[in-house]
Amino acid sequence: MTALKIDLVGDGAAIVTRHFAASPEQVFRAHVEAEYIRQWMGGMEGWDMTHCESDARAGGVLRYGWAGPDGMSFEITGEYEVVKPYSEIRHVERMHVPEATPDNRCHTTFEAKEGGTLLTVRMQLPDEESLKAMLDTGMEQGMEDSYGRIDGLFS
Amino acid sequence: MHRTFAALSDPTRCAILEMLADGEKTVMDIAVPFAMSQPAISRHLKVLEDAALITRRIDGAKRPCALSPAGLEQLEQWATKLRKSMARNYDRLDAVLAAMPPVEKDTP
Repeated sequence: MTALKIDLVGDGAAIVTRHFAASPEQVFRAHVEAEYIRQWMGGMEGWDMTHCESDARAGGVLRYGWAGPDGMSFEITGEYEVVKPYSEIRHVERMHVPEATPDNRCHTTFEAKEGGTLLTVRMQLPDEESLKAMLDTGMEQGMEDSYGRIDGLFS
Repeated sequence: MHRTFAALSDPTRCAILEMLADGEKTVMDIAVPFAMSQPAISRHLKVLEDAALITRRIDGAKRPCALSPAGLEQLEQWATKLRKSMARNYDRLDAVLAAMPPVEKDTP
């Protein structure tokens, strides 16, 4: 059971869940250690990660950047608020497209489940419109279904 | 696509696109639900038009707006690509985890 699931829960919040066949320690480390982050947090096809910094402690900064075709670039910056090995991370992030999108407050938990780890990311945007804008812009770390939104917009 | 991202990063412009999903509308129609002047709405429409998300035709003194099928098609293609890349992210993470050395036993 590894399927990605996204629930829009109203008031600008979305909850993403994904199960991994690895321990909470491993999944946690893959989320905070740059060495691992750069191995999986890719961009779109034709985009390469140019930098990846993650100072995973309260007050520490994260900064991920990608370069795309035609000199385009994309960046995510943020700050860690709570880093609790190996169970919980609270951080704030925003995308730069290049204008900064509204702050996305993320609460990520890692729970041992079914011999692996259940990853839950609760994202909180300032309001429903900001969430929609963020999901439409896409490119959140491994967020699937920005698309339900886009489909909804244009169907 | 950069322009498209920028065009979509604004809640008012997203709301305008949602309105246009119901069909062609004039600037006046569009301005109704927003606490915004017509010139402000017109500026948003210009951004959407430059991003090829809407088209405007000339109808006498009016310039009604409609969703642009070509622009949306491009966006959908991009979305499909993005969806795949997002799913790939976590699939890649599966592989990273499988290759990760066992964690030291310093678990709190």
